[in-house]
Amino acid sequence: MKQLLEGSQAVAEAVKLCRPQVVAAYPITPQTHIIERLAQHVADGELEAEFINAESEFGAASIVLGAVAAGARSFTATASQGLLLMTEVLYNIAGLRLPVVMVCANRAVGAPINIFCDHQDSMAVRDAGWVQLYVASNQEALDTLIQAYRIAEVCGLPVMVCMDGFLLTHTFEPVELPSQVMVDAFLPAFHLPRALDPQRPTTLGGASEADNYMEYRVAQQRAMEGALAVIEALDAEYEDQVGHGHGGLFQGYRLDEAQTVMLGMGSLMGTVYDVVDKLRDQGQAVGALRLRCFRPFPAQALARQLGAVQRIIVLEKSISVGGGGIVAAELRAALHQAGIMTPVESVVGGLGGRDLTADVIEALFQEMGPDEAGAPFRFAPDRDDLPSAKAIPKRKRDEREGVDNG
Amino acid sequence: MVVFHEIRLHGRGGQGTVSAAALMALAAFEDGFEAQAFPKFGSERRGAPVEAYVRISRSPIRSHNQVYCPDALVIQDASLLRSEPLLSGLKSGGLIILNGEAPADLETDAFHWFCLPASEIGERHLGRPLPNTVLLGALAAATRWVGLAALEKAVAKHLSKKGEAMVKANIEALRQGYGEIEEQEAHCS
Repeated sequence: MKQLLEGSQAVAEAVKLCRPQVVAAYPITPQTHIIERLAQHVADGELEAEFINAESEFGAASIVLGAVAAGARSFTATASQGLLLMTEVLYNIAGLRLPVVMVCANRAVGAPINIFCDHQDSMAVRDAGWVQLYVASNQEALDTLIQAYRIAEVCGLPVMVCMDGFLLTHTFEPVELPSQVMVDAFLPAFHLPRALDPQRPTTLGGASEADNYMEYRVAQQRAMEGALAVIEALDAEYEDQVGHGHGGLFQGYRLDEAQTVMLGMGSLMGTVYDVVDKLRDQGQAVGALRLRCFRPFPAQALARQLGAVQRIIVLEKSISVGGGGIVAAELRAALHQAGIMTPVESVVGGLGGRDLTADVIEALFQEMGPDEAGAPFRFAPDRDDLPSAKAIPKRKRDEREGVDNG
Repeated sequence: MVVFHEIRLHGRGGQGTVSAAALMALAAFEDGFEAQAFPKFGSERRGAPVEAYVRISRSPIRSHNQVYCPDALVIQDASLLRSEPLLSGLKSGGLIILNGEAPADLETDAFHWFCLPASEIGERHLGRPLPNTVLLGALAAATRWVGLAALEKAVAKHLSKKGEAMVKANIEALRQGYGEIEEQEAHCS
């Protein structure tokens, strides 16, 4: 049965269905509603878990590290500066190969301080050794959360479900929640054979030197490579058993005979799909590709999918300052490795919550950027192209913002 | 028939603007539509301008963009008309549900205005000058996009944790808002 739920609530219900034993978090916008809802479930006796309000995100991450190491399925969520504060622990969780699951309610990183959505926070920790799945709707958020525990526990890798702050977390939209029976059938009880146990004392996280440190990283890399097939298979199994599939590693939209393809991640792709429909109606051979799994990066599958395309545009909501678009750079490397020399236009946009409207996306499809020939990437949209800018005459806006044009 | 309505709600922090958007979407969903509601916060503080958006459609809604060209506006505080570009993008012939009276110097002809003293009506029912459910009732009466029964169900569900008295008072507020507009329409025709 479909219901209209706020994204945070949908995710909290999904977490509850996964029966975590420990939930630890520190509140930060726009993650708060997820954690508030889970705290309520614990207080109401509807979720048999220990809820720990940590003293910081560093603490929250450390608590779930310990809880999972002791064999308890656990959950945490954060965003922005909170995720950055967790960074050291994120590396430890991944290095210890602990199947922690968390939600990152994607939010811009300061300074300047900004509470709205972009992907800078999770992209900043892309190398920490976590699987990263980016979702485009609240249905996908809740389904992916359930899949995340299975992926984590099968692969021995932590999984970060990245959902757009506000755009998904605070949006009411129709979702279908699976039953407890269905989730229990899909997700067996968590059992960690090497769980810490006072009866059998062992050391977790001992030192490793040059003679074997590297082998841990090699093993992580191999596990990540193996996760590609697991993520794809489990999304298919979930669709078969529970209800909704979301494309596995990525989701193509109207790719048949598409000559131009826009690639991106997260909720902005809904607007991209709408624009693709409009341009297809006008006879233009355009399509879209929504990257769901950024870590591990599905380089070979993407190269196979995009090999015949003439023009590729990557629109992404984060930047490696001094470098450029992060997804675009990885895609260029993947294509190059496969011997495909199609240029990849890299567009960084929507930072700090700047809306990527249908008009902006259509313009990206229609025109190559003015300096496209030489520039490795560009920004969009310009602030003077914002709908809000058109609502207020420029002179008045400058006065209000204290800009001196004289 | 293609159904696609976009609503933008304006208010000040503390007036229940975000809740009003959620209630409208819940009512539309109750009536069998696809629906979406979400807020745009500035800093989350009492008195600051707040916007929220609602989309109602027959087919699934994929866009998560803000609403720039609404079919209807709900304005919870008339004083915002003096400081914010509230009417920006409103479609020609669009509806405006306004708490209070339109400023005399405003160019009002292009739109269809419905004005009512929603804060006073809200105070009568809720003991606080909260205009949101009154204006929702008015919006339903002016647009007929959702039924009053669906709105009442949405209020009962969304506010259930606040107790029966609060649900009942808000339903009364909805009904009076709805009735005010029906009456205005009857006078006009």
